[in-house]
Parts: sequence; structure tokens; C-alpha cells
Amino acid sequence: MYTQTEIIKDTTGIGSEGELVINVGPQHPATHGVLHLVITLNGETIKKIEPHLGYIHRSIEKMCESLNYRQFIYVTSRMDYLSAHINNQACALCVEKGMQIEVPDRAKVIRVLMAELTRIASHELWLGAMAMDLGAFTPFFYTFRERELITDIMEETCGARLTMNYMTPGGVTFDLHEDFQKKVKQFVIQFKEKVTEFEDLVTNNVIFRNRTEGVGIISPADAISYGCSGPVARASGVVSDLRKIAPYDAYDRVEFEEVLDTRGDSFARYIVRVKEMMQSIRIIEQLIDNIPEGDFQAKTKAVLKLPKGEFYSRVETARGELGVYIVSEGGTTPYRIKFRSPGFSNLSALDHMASGSKIGDLMATMGTLDLVIPDIDR
Amino acid sequence: MTNEAIKEFITSAAPTASFDETGEWLNISVEPGSWKDLAHKLRNAELPFDYLFCLTCVDWKTHLTVVYHLSSSKNRQINIVVKSKLDAAKPEIETVCDIWRTAEFLEREVFELFGVVFLNHPDLRRLILTDDFEGFPLRKDFEDPINMIKL
Amino acid sequence: MFSLESITRSIHHWLYGNMTPTLALLSECVIIILLAIALFAALGLVLVLMERKVAAHIQIRLGPNRVGPGGMLQTAADTLKLILKEGLVPDKADKFLFNLAPFLVMMVAMLLLAPIAFAKGFQIWDINIGVLYVSAISSLSVIGVLMAGWASNNKYSLLGAMRSGAQIVSYELSAGLSILTIVVLTGSLQLSEIVASQENGWWLFKGHIPAIISFVIFIIAVTAETNRAPFDLAEAESELTAGFHTEYSGMRFALFFLAEYINIFIVCGIGATLFLGGWMPLHIGHWEGFNHIMDYIPSSVWFFGKTFFLIFLIMWFRWTFPRLRIDQLLNLEWKYLLPISMFNLILVTVIAILGWHF
Repeated sequence: MYTQTEIIKDTTGIGSEGELVINVGPQHPATHGVLHLVITLNGETIKKIEPHLGYIHRSIEKMCESLNYRQFIYVTSRMDYLSAHINNQACALCVEKGMQIEVPDRAKVIRVLMAELTRIASHELWLGAMAMDLGAFTPFFYTFRERELITDIMEETCGARLTMNYMTPGGVTFDLHEDFQKKVKQFVIQFKEKVTEFEDLVTNNVIFRNRTEGVGIISPADAISYGCSGPVARASGVVSDLRKIAPYDAYDRVEFEEVLDTRGDSFARYIVRVKEMMQSIRIIEQLIDNIPEGDFQAKTKAVLKLPKGEFYSRVETARGELGVYIVSEGGTTPYRIKFRSPGFSNLSALDHMASGSKIGDLMATMGTLDLVIPDIDR
Repeated sequence: MTNEAIKEFITSAAPTASFDETGEWLNISVEPGSWKDLAHKLRNAELPFDYLFCLTCVDWKTHLTVVYHLSSSKNRQINIVVKSKLDAAKPEIETVCDIWRTAEFLEREVFELFGVVFLNHPDLRRLILTDDFEGFPLRKDFEDPINMIKL
Repeated sequence: MFSLESITRSIHHWLYGNMTPTLALLSECVIIILLAIALFAALGLVLVLMERKVAAHIQIRLGPNRVGPGGMLQTAADTLKLILKEGLVPDKADKFLFNLAPFLVMMVAMLLLAPIAFAKGFQIWDINIGVLYVSAISSLSVIGVLMAGWASNNKYSLLGAMRSGAQIVSYELSAGLSILTIVVLTGSLQLSEIVASQENGWWLFKGHIPAIISFVIFIIAVTAETNRAPFDLAEAESELTAGFHTEYSGMRFALFFLAEYINIFIVCGIGATLFLGGWMPLHIGHWEGFNHIMDYIPSSVWFFGKTFFLIFLIMWFRWTFPRLRIDQLLNLEWKYLLPISMFNLILVTVIAILGWHF
């Protein structure tokens, strides 16, 4: 059933003269999932990159058409599984927007706290994985040390470590665990102490800097044209943090900076993410002692019905802008739902960024794009 | 730039366009034929709509609607939604991937999931589905007795 | 005092006393072959375990700890698994070269064992051009790697092999030049004489700054020559999956794997011999008392101690640094290491002629 005739045609015959076509993926150590890139090489230099997607396409958009407004949220945890919580948040926000549900303050703050913890966890995993792409194995274990604390907090509060499913339209599914504040504070202290280790091991490493500086450059104009978002756009100096542009939940009551860099290379994307983790810590510190008392969930009907119309909500996930576009016909299930995934647009810029560089640079570029394949395929 | 100013600008560029302001953002409906021209003008307007952040399609059974969500990198608060009705039997519209490069992949996705043909697209091939896949899975009339479970 | 020299000497005398010279020579050959193979097996097991333990320590984890006490038998279990595994040969591979390559790589590693002095008077072949022999033979391993990459009929393997070829040939130069500095200081190519010349102090200390520079260059160059991270471009995992041995499995893969570790041992052994005095205990000038105490530690312990220290250093590199890019790798060699080592060689020559070293 799964004959990829076109791909076979591409790879058996060596392209034109002086060209070597290699398949990176669907199983490859650097693609972190089932991404398939058909790369045309001239020696070590890349001439063209052609992504082939769909190896983990589950048609979540079609599935959601037959699930009601409470159920479909949980399917989206399986899109960008590293920021599952933020995906759920986007869906919940969209439903709330349509139903005009007023979310209690406590729920808003809890959502933001969890979203920022998720962001740190995601960036930590990315940091380790990217270092591994460049051949350094050790940072992976150091980043997982702190990430483990976050997953423990998640497990205690939501009952799951990766796909949390903690959101529901109108708030969160249940209240915080009593140890939550204590554990988060502990984590913040440890993280601040240990973050210097990454600096020593990675940021100031000569080889690392040589591998990433000036590699995979994307100009601001191109970043906008390719629809890049998140750290990829911000590393090129494009203002794109939706937490600032269109504050949702409790982001309007916290102070933080949108991290921008103007270099647009892999190193800039690295620095942006590392600084973003520190901003997330800043947000957590502001909120952790100020969780308002009250309900953690608004009173909602058992069966949710969105009025006829179209609703679009967008949030800033760890990878960029996630949009949820719901077209409702007034029923209990969405008529059509579209997820605008950040990875899809970022991937489309890969050919532009990596063509003309070496294979080694491709790994640096791809690593700093932070691609999560289920997010791209959906 | 207010909604009124945008409306004025679009009316001057595409006289047939109609507007709908009931939703969160300004909705603009255009004829498929005049879309490409309007897209060029929107991209090069005083406040350039240079950020195409979502491109999708909705199957309304009688017809298809291609939906473009546009924003400006100069002011991300301003968003507009452009819609274009297409004939379900022969859905065709001009590509915009020379204006917004992200459209290249987004149009390929819409092409294979909805069967919308984007005219003059440089590389309109399948991106996600296998080559021998039949039908357009996100259309409402798509049936797959093996893999689809009716709830 | 325990000494391997007396054991070898008594065996030698016994053999020649009881047999005809030809037969004695043959039986000595057999003994040496058996010893060499035993050493290979033992080194493979020890070094792989050591690598995993060192890596685990650096990466704040435990490493192998289930098989045997403290995970000691883990590598033995791994080897058993590799022996039992089916060795696949790709369909369109050049079968002859494909099968030959791992043995060639292994043979080169074995040949390099010959001139190394493991302890006082414990050396397979004290050839008078020992250093030249080592440089000559060690560059042969690239043929095996190229052969493996070409014969696999796999694009990743080919790219890995080409990278490896460019890399080993380049770094051979600085490794050779840094070895030459010691040859200039000693005035001999024979390894036993080089060791003997360090009786009143190791060259690393006696040869002033030039010796230290050439030691650093030597370590960098041999790390590259043995295809170890941060110079492991030939098998760059995240880029070329496994580089030149992508298609190898089972025992053929194990031979490549083993050869890598044996090569590390040998280059570290050479490094220890040239710069750290080989089996020579730590002697400082004319401090008779101190020197005498040091002599009580057996010479084999000194040799293996130094070698394993250098191996640890190389493992430390691997688990700390990211990988270089191919053009950066070649830039490093041709633009920095080679000019520096050439200049260094001149400096050492001046020092040697004027007798400025200790």
C-alpha cells in the first residue's frame, strides 16, 4: 500500500552528473522522528533539500471533525508532543472564544505556569538533542536532569508526564497538587544554579560556536515570507511573540521580555532559546506566589455547542505560533478544524537555509529549527 | 490602519470583494479570478500584509472555500481573512507562492487533501499522502470503510 | 622485584636449549601470536568497558551495572551477541573487498603492536627504524576504511570513507612531524633507545616548550587519525548514520569496533613511549633516592599507567566536544597544526644542536 514510487525513482538513479542523491530519513539519527529529506549533494555541498512528509500523518484534523469540543482537545496533545500542554491551551482558548466562557483567574494563572514549565522542558530537550546532532552527547544528560524535575511536577499535578491533557474549556481539569508551589520553587532554584553548566559546556565551546555561527542564516524578510515563527523568527529579529502581541490567559499581568537577536544564524537561534528559558523562569517566579484563590474551572454545560461561525485562536508554543481555526455549524463537533503548526512553516524554510552549505551544517540548521515531526504531519 | 481603511483599500483593488465583520477579524470574500491581483496589492500596500500565517480550505459540500489568514509584520495586531469560493467540481485558483513563499508547502498540502489545483504553482506534487492514494481525505464526501470509524 | 624480562629470557633460553633454532623460532612465533590475540581480546573488553564507564561518569549516570559485578562482564556479553549475529552482506556490494576490509584494518592494528615496548625487555620486535615503521604502517589503515566504504555500495559509507581518507592523510603529517621532534632530540629511530634516553627524565619535561607543543599536536593528530570524536567525521552518527561501517554487522562490525580501540591503545602507547618515557619510571635528574624508589614500581605498570592515562584523555575529549565540520577539520590541520609543527621542528632542531635540553 505504501509504495512511494516517486521517492524510489528519485533515489535509485543518481541525478544529473556530479550529483549524489541521498535519503536522510525516515529513519535517521538526526531527524528525530520520521522526517524524510531527499538531499541532492555535490560532494559534501548540498544543492537541494526536498522534504517528504506523511510518515506519521494521522489526519488529526479529520479525526477532530467527529469528536466533540471536550474530546478533541486531547487528540492535539499528540501533535507537538513536547508542548502538549500549550496545544491543549490553544484549543481550549478557541472553544472559550466561541462560547464566550469567562475563565477564572486561578485557572488562567495555572495555565500560564504550566505552559511556561512545558516551554522550559521542551527547550531543554531541544538543547540536548541539538548538541547531540552536533556530536556532543553529554549535554543531553545534563538537560534531562532538570527536565526530569518538570516531568515529575507534571506527573504529580496532571497524572501524566508528556501528554498532560490538563486543559478543559473553561479552565483546568483539577486543582493543583498541594506540593506544587514548593516543588516549582525548588526547580527554579536548581535550574538557575545549573544553567551555567550549559554555558560552560556548550555556549562557550569553540567548536560549537564554529559549527553554528554564520550557519543556516535566514534574513528577516525571508523569515516573514516563509511564515517562520517562534525562536526561528525571533533569531532573525522578527517580532513574533504572541504572548506579547496578543496576550492570552494571564500573560498580560506578567513582565517579561521578548528575546530578539538579529544575526539569524543557528547560534542566534540557540541563544534565543536559552534566553527564553530564563524569561520563562522569570514568569514563573512572578506567578508562583500569586496564584489567586477561587475556582479552577468555570461552570460550563456538559455538552458544549459552539455557535455558527469561525473562530481562530493562536498561542506561542515552544516552537512558534500555533493557530487553531474552528469552523462551526452550531453542532457539538467542529465542522472543520485546521491547526496552523509552527514546524510546518519552519520546515519549508529549510531548503532556503541549508542549500549551498555542507552536510554538517544541515544538522546544525535542522537542529536549531527544532522540528517535531508529528507537529508537521499532524 | 483601521478596518474601514482596509476595506477602502480592498474595494479600490478588487471592486467585487465583499466584507463580513461579524467575526473577530475582517473577512473578505473575493472571486478566484481577482485574488492574485489583490494579493499582490495587499503585499505591497502601505501597511504590507507580508505574513501569511495560515492557508487552508473548507469543504462546504456545494463548494470549496480557500481561506487565507494574513497579517503584517509591521503590526501583528492587524489580521485579515481572505476567502475565495471555488467550484467543487473543478477547484482552481492562482498560486500565491511567489508572493508569500510559505504558500508553496501550504498549497501542496491543500492540493492533496482537498484537490484544489493551484495554477502556476512551481512544484505541485504530493507532500504527505502516498502516490497511490485515491480521493481527497479532508473533503466531506471522502469515504474509507477500512480506516474510518463512524461515531 | 617482579619483571617480565626474566620470564621472556628464561622461555627464550629454554626453547633454544631444547629445540633446533628453526623450531624454537617457530614456537616463539606461535607464543607471540597467541599473546597478541589474547592482548587484543583483553584490550577490547577492557577499553570498551572503560569507555562506557568514563562516559557514564562524565554524563552523571552509572553505565553498565547489570552483567557481572559492577557491569564487568557487559562487554563480554556484547561480544558474545556479536559473534552469534548474522553478518549480512548487501546485495550489490563488492563481496571480496567487503569481507576483506575489516581484516585489513585489524591486521594493520596487529602489525603496529610489534615495536611497542610493554615493559623493560618485553618487546616483540625491537626494529632499528621503529618510529618510521609505526608511521608507515599506521597510514595503511585508511586503505581498509576506503575499501569498506567503497565496497558497501552505500552512499553514506562512501561519504564516510572519503572523509576518512582526507582526514587520515592530512593528520598523518602533523603526527609524523611531532614524532620527528622526539627523534631529533634522541637521535635514534629505535623505540628502545628512545625509552633509554629518557632515563634521567621524560622528554615532555626535558624538551622544554617545543616538546610540550609537539605533545599537544601529537594528541590532537592521533585523535583525528583514530577517527575519534571530535574528529569522528568518518562515522559521524548524526550526519552519516555510521559512516563507512553502516552496512557492517555481526563479527565484521566487531572487528572494526575492536580495531578502533586497539588503534587508540597503540597510538597512546606510542605517545607514552615518545613523550612520557614508555616503561621508564619517573626519574628526575640526579635525585638518586627518588629515582630508586620509583624503580620499585614494575616497568609494565608504568607503561600501562601512562597509556591508560592518555586513553582517558582521548575519551574525555570524546564526551566533551561537539564534532567539527569537514572543512574546519582540514583547516585546522593545514592552516594551524602543520605550520606550527613545522616551526616547532626547527625550534627543536636548534635546541638539539645547541644542546639546550636537559
